[in-house]
Amino acid sequence: MSIPNDLRYTEEHEWARVEGTSATVGITHHAQEALGDIVFVDLPEVGRQIKKGEAIGAVESVKAVSDLFSPLSGKVVAVNTELTNLPDAVNKEPYGAGWMVKVELSAPAEVDQLLSADAYQGLLAKEAK
Amino acid sequence: MATKRTALFDAHLAAGARIVEFAGFEMPVQYQGVIEEHRRVREHVGLFDVSHMGEIEIRGPRALDAVQHLVTNDAAAIKDTQAMYAGLLYESGGFVDDLIVYRYSPERIFICVNASNKDKDYAWIKEQVGKAFTAGAEVIDRSDEFTQIAVQGPKAETLIGRLADRPVDKQAIPYYWFKDGNVIGRPAIIARTGYTGEDGFELYLANKDGRPVWDALLEKGRDLEVGPVGLGARDTLRLEMKYALYGNDIDQDHTPVEAGLSWIVAFGKSGFIGKPVLDKQKAEGVQRKLVGFEMIDRGIPRHGYPIVDASGKPIGVVTSGTQSPSLNKPIAMGYVPAGQAKVGTEHRCEVRGKPLRMRVVKTPFYKKS
Repeated sequence: MSIPNDLRYTEEHEWARVEGTSATVGITHHAQEALGDIVFVDLPEVGRQIKKGEAIGAVESVKAVSDLFSPLSGKVVAVNTELTNLPDAVNKEPYGAGWMVKVELSAPAEVDQLLSADAYQGLLAKEAK
Repeated sequence: MATKRTALFDAHLAAGARIVEFAGFEMPVQYQGVIEEHRRVREHVGLFDVSHMGEIEIRGPRALDAVQHLVTNDAAAIKDTQAMYAGLLYESGGFVDDLIVYRYSPERIFICVNASNKDKDYAWIKEQVGKAFTAGAEVIDRSDEFTQIAVQGPKAETLIGRLADRPVDKQAIPYYWFKDGNVIGRPAIIARTGYTGEDGFELYLANKDGRPVWDALLEKGRDLEVGPVGLGARDTLRLEMKYALYGNDIDQDHTPVEAGLSWIVAFGKSGFIGKPVLDKQKAEGVQRKLVGFEMIDRGIPRHGYPIVDASGKPIGVVTSGTQSPSLNKPIAMGYVPAGQAKVGTEHRCEVRGKPLRMRVVKTPFYKKS
């Protein structure tokens, strides 16, 4: 199970890569594995103001639909349009080519509320029980 | 109630299956992945554990009369060792269940029913047979006796042919016929039936023979690229064919005429339960129809999503929807007002609050090229 140390995580299985006052967001290796073959990714419009915890899109496998919750507040400055044609990039590279949204943060202090890699690992261990 | 396990449960775990609870059983939903398993059935051959399905037998001199009274299709019009798809209806015309009737003889009829409906079906059949016949038709729930394996795909005949003690080609066992035989020397009902749109068989085996036969099918089919297939792909395969799933597309509130299943209704047959309602619907038309959809806008319609008119008012509902692995685009089925059911008619489906355009299309969605 891949949980990179340089990322922060949510209890809903999103990750955020924070660089200065912006963050890239996606879903974790665990999340894509639980969903199975991902066939559709619904992402927010660029320019939209989003709040931490808000449903900003959806990730769909053949069988299931899962909401994408924003880990942080801010403005959407980019979305991964490659996922329109190649949604399975989320399965193959959840932390790389499978990224979903870039956010310009409006409340950078929220980052401190996200889980560290260790804490997320602990959450998965607890959920597995 | 504790969940049950089939005789193949350990084989599923060993194959890396993800297990889910379904109709009171712990069943494999996928092994390697839904898309890969789906393609295996379309191109090669796949094995499904469908032991959760129910088996009910009706025996006695009035067995055929009892079945004729119970189901929509005509069991007198088929021959011994032939099978038929049929509806089991309430007086209202709504479905108790959909099922496959296997006619051994007029005195012995074997019925395969949905797992989730088995107890309800058995109670209903027993009650109705008891009301209509004082004697001569015994109803037996045999569900716990059988391990059922569906072997589906273009190479299914080759695979079963290697293991059976009798010919299984299309002359020996045509589509929707069955024969008693042996598979690796173990007694089996070998039926050319299925729920995938591919050629294939369903094997009914004693529980003790289930695992040996499952293992032999995998072993002897290696060069045919055989593999196990879970409930996930079973759903996408049947949906591409617009085969109805009880609880999604048909239920007690919908009739065969509304569901586009008039072909399983023998209107010429003298009385069966629910017939007066169906006769009336056939003569006067229905209010709503089950149709197939493809999307115009981007999105996947799912079970329960509302179909809305231009003002946002609900006019129907999506009953099943998925991304079709064969066609690589979303497909769905749902009920719409009968006047708006023609191929080409545009509808809107509400997906996460957004009305997305879709259109009625011809079905089945998938046709073999």
